[in-house]
Amino acid sequence: MEFGSSYMLNRKQRCTPEEGESLFRHIDWFTVILYLLLVTAGVISIYAASYDFDNASIFSFNEFSGKQIRWIGLSLLLGLVLLIIDGRMYETYAYPIYLGMLVLLTVTIFVAPDIKGSRSWLVFGPMSLQPAEFAKFATALALAKLFSSYNFTLNSSARNYLKALLIIFIPIILILAQKETGSALAYLSLFFVLYREGMSGLVLFAAFVAVVIFVVAIKYTSTLILGIPSGEFTVMCMVMILMVVMLAFYVRRLEPARNVLLWFAATGIIEAILSNWNLHVNGYVYFLSVIGVAIIYCLFEMLRIKARRLMVTLLTVVLSIGFLFSVNLVFSNMMPHQQKRIKVALSIEDDPRDAGYNVNQSKIAIGSGGAVGKGFLKGTQTKLKYVPEQHTDFIFCTIGEEEGFLGTCAVVLLFLILILRIITLAERQPTVFGRVYAYCVASYLIFHFCINIGMVIGLCPVIGIPLPFFSYGGSSLWGFTFLLFILLRIDASRRSRHTM
Amino acid sequence: MRKDYNLEKRKYVIGGFIAIIAVIYVCRLFGLQIQDDKYKDYADNNAFLRKTVYPSRGMIYDRNDSLVVYNQPAYDVMMIPRDVHDFDTIDFCRTLSITPEEFDARISAMKNSASYSSYTPQTLITHLSAKDYGKLQEKLYRYPGFFIQKRILREYAYDAAANVLGNIREVSESDIKRDDYYKAGDYCGDLGIEKSFDKFLRGIKGNEILIRDARGRIRGRFEDGARDIAPVSGKDLKLSLDIKLQEYAESLMVNKIGAVVAIEPATGEILAMVSSPTYSPKLLVGRERGKNYRELVNDHYKPLFDRALMGAYPPGSTFKPSQGLIFLEEGIVNLSTAYPCYHGFINGRLRVGCHGHGSPIPLKPALQTSCNAYFCWGFKAMIDNKRSKYGNSANAFEVWKKHLVSLGYGYPLGVDLPAEGRGFIPNAKFYNKIYGENHWSANTIISVAIGQGEILATPLQIANLCATVANRGWFITPHVVKEIQDTVIDEQYRTQRHPTISAEHFNDIAEGMRMAVTGGTCRLANLPDIEVCGKTGTAQNPHGKDHSAFIGFAPYQNPRIAVCVYVENAGFGATYGVPIGSLVIEKYLKGYISPERKYLEERMLNSNTIIYSGVKKH
Repeated sequence: MEFGSSYMLNRKQRCTPEEGESLFRHIDWFTVILYLLLVTAGVISIYAASYDFDNASIFSFNEFSGKQIRWIGLSLLLGLVLLIIDGRMYETYAYPIYLGMLVLLTVTIFVAPDIKGSRSWLVFGPMSLQPAEFAKFATALALAKLFSSYNFTLNSSARNYLKALLIIFIPIILILAQKETGSALAYLSLFFVLYREGMSGLVLFAAFVAVVIFVVAIKYTSTLILGIPSGEFTVMCMVMILMVVMLAFYVRRLEPARNVLLWFAATGIIEAILSNWNLHVNGYVYFLSVIGVAIIYCLFEMLRIKARRLMVTLLTVVLSIGFLFSVNLVFSNMMPHQQKRIKVALSIEDDPRDAGYNVNQSKIAIGSGGAVGKGFLKGTQTKLKYVPEQHTDFIFCTIGEEEGFLGTCAVVLLFLILILRIITLAERQPTVFGRVYAYCVASYLIFHFCINIGMVIGLCPVIGIPLPFFSYGGSSLWGFTFLLFILLRIDASRRSRHTM
Repeated sequence: MRKDYNLEKRKYVIGGFIAIIAVIYVCRLFGLQIQDDKYKDYADNNAFLRKTVYPSRGMIYDRNDSLVVYNQPAYDVMMIPRDVHDFDTIDFCRTLSITPEEFDARISAMKNSASYSSYTPQTLITHLSAKDYGKLQEKLYRYPGFFIQKRILREYAYDAAANVLGNIREVSESDIKRDDYYKAGDYCGDLGIEKSFDKFLRGIKGNEILIRDARGRIRGRFEDGARDIAPVSGKDLKLSLDIKLQEYAESLMVNKIGAVVAIEPATGEILAMVSSPTYSPKLLVGRERGKNYRELVNDHYKPLFDRALMGAYPPGSTFKPSQGLIFLEEGIVNLSTAYPCYHGFINGRLRVGCHGHGSPIPLKPALQTSCNAYFCWGFKAMIDNKRSKYGNSANAFEVWKKHLVSLGYGYPLGVDLPAEGRGFIPNAKFYNKIYGENHWSANTIISVAIGQGEILATPLQIANLCATVANRGWFITPHVVKEIQDTVIDEQYRTQRHPTISAEHFNDIAEGMRMAVTGGTCRLANLPDIEVCGKTGTAQNPHGKDHSAFIGFAPYQNPRIAVCVYVENAGFGATYGVPIGSLVIEKYLKGYISPERKYLEERMLNSNTIIYSGVKKH
């Protein structure tokens, strides 16, 4: 009731011209311009990507570009509505919106038709929408609301962690149930937000180490060193280096680090000499025994100097080696086509026919663009449909082929500026709600940007997620428009918060 | 609100992370787009299908503008292996009316070829019929990676002159190496004028650049064909052959081994050039070519061997006119010099036989009666005369040889056909080697005086001598191509060649040859309305029965045709050489055979001398 009246009051206030003017004065126009640049470049790219030799008008709504223009028009309208709504509404209704979206996601699992194996599209007559895209802003609102609740700090209790993780993982599980793996993975990017709000950097570091171990272990299996695959050999060496560095970093005294380093160096030289004389010691035996001895030494040291922080190092080492072995175990138990898909993504295997076809063709499209591109509507790879999904997930190919290195750099730069701008907006928010929400927006964008462009240029596995603002499709465009314009609204009202 | 400045620093970690990713991506894009050139080629290979457009091969006409060789379209099924996806093989085979086994065999044959590449068009099936072409064209959209290449095959209006015309065949690896023009699967001329005039006939290949989408469908021409290159048709040729005369001469030579060459003396143009047994040029066209070609190669009568051009025969008595010319030129004899003949040339223990006629006789009657003794005595007088200008036999023989070479013997004449033979005229060194220096004399080698022994000549060379006599002292290098479209024929086929013998002596020889027809060995060639001149030849040979030869030209004044007939193992020159030669002359000059000579024609058409050749048919 109380809120309702203040809402009424606000609406009255907004009716005065001064208030309206101040709202539009406080909007971050820089971001709005970036948004407009991106969607305009996007619609031009979609036009180019779907341009046929039997060409149609850009305004024809049967063409993807025509439809996208309609989507853009509607999203501008939507953006305007989102700006007009009071910024505090979002905070107030964050949980209801989130819950509503969870219900929608659940319903979608059961009512959505099967489209290419995924049940994520709700069809309304000629229009179909993907709730997973809209759940993004809802999850961001809920997470922001959680963090802004009174006296909430992430590190104060495990319950708080659990709450945050629940908010993130419920939509992930629901979207996975819709068989939209790519969209579900996007929510993992919210760990950036947790990190910003106090989660230990070690978690991100561990994730990074895990990815490196995974890639190295799987990528280099063809040659053997000391009777073990060169990938595993490299990982073992990296673990040793990591151990020495972490010991030096976490323990005030340098002796443990020095001793372990000397131990590793000495045994390494002996091992090298032995293998030079053809006295082969198996790599597993060598590494496990040498690292094992180092760990036992550290444990003694820990008891002696009471450096509990040594534990982190030892855990890291043990977990890394454990992870390495489990990766091998899991990978060797995978189906061949799954193995292949992963290997193609890591460009270990070149298979232009089957799993690698998409990436191969998209690399050809981008690579053939050269410095300045083939010219607008002159890209053969895209015009002749060599690149699959070229107006949606692979839209970046069209830019690469027709606008060349200049075009691709411009797009990368635009995204970089947008993301950095949003981080700036986040940090200038007076409220936790605003900051957390803004970081959520930045995180989603970082994930989509990295994965989409990464897969198109052959650096990431092919995960079917769109390039924000560029890819054809109303859901993605609207989803990101929601995210961005709610942020703009919250940002625009930060001053009024102060004054009120 | 509470602000944790330690945590705020983490914005740099997040911002730095995305900035590093952006830098990595820009580096990767730099590598793909700027550093690496191969992607441009990949994209072009994807999008552009470069199709060769074959020019129409030049037509071939005879001297009377009858079309002899023309083109028929043929369709080859091509495939680009890289672009072929799974398809309904059974339906494909049914469309082309081949069995799946045949299809597999063709695929493996294609893959084993040296020029195989999965990126370029490969020939799968050649020479599709128009019906199969139509059926396949309709279904082609179902078979990405396949397309139809239009090609040109030859069609022959007459079953004649296969040896002169030649044929076309698919190029071999060595052709491709030798000539940049050719690519695997192209056709080039083989044998005859198809080979020697290939560069004129083949034209210039064009190409068109088509745009092809990911499913292999053709979506149009690149830049609306602005970069296409139109093919340039090959040049038409006009032959000097009279295809009707050629056909007629071939029919006379049926069941005989040998050759007929007819030349227009004034121009050196070959009117007919028969090598017998011959074959139909239509055998070497299309899908059956390979099989037929192998059969012709294995044929014991060697039909692919052009006897008119490559056969090396002893000229026999047809050599005597050239002997007379040399004796006159060298002053060994004059027209009243007479030599005795007692049924032959008898000198010591040496004896060369002759037939019954008056004795002693001078040159013209000697030609008329083909007196062996006269030419033996003449030869002996030239070679063995120690007090003569030559000094010794070897020098005299070299002079003798020089005259013969100037008359066209001993070396290829330079006809515009491939693989011309050279015959053989020995020189003094040759005999020095066999008998030792100064250990030989005229008697040792007396048989060369009458065109036997080591002397060998091609029917073309013999015909050319006849043409030289007809011209009374000069000839133009014989040739079969009279005109090339938009081009002038080579100068050597337009310039007179003068032998080292004065023109005045040729009249006497011509007169002798005229006498041979009116009252000598060639009386069968004596036509009531045409003054024919001739000389028979009966050449002994180691292969069996004598070869029957004849040279003749007509009319006596302003001759229009000079003929050489050579029939292997057919006996006297008068039995086969003269009838065939005179019939060819009569047919050419009159266009028909007079009724009183029909029996002769009949006899020639139906006779068979191949049975004397000693060659067994398979």
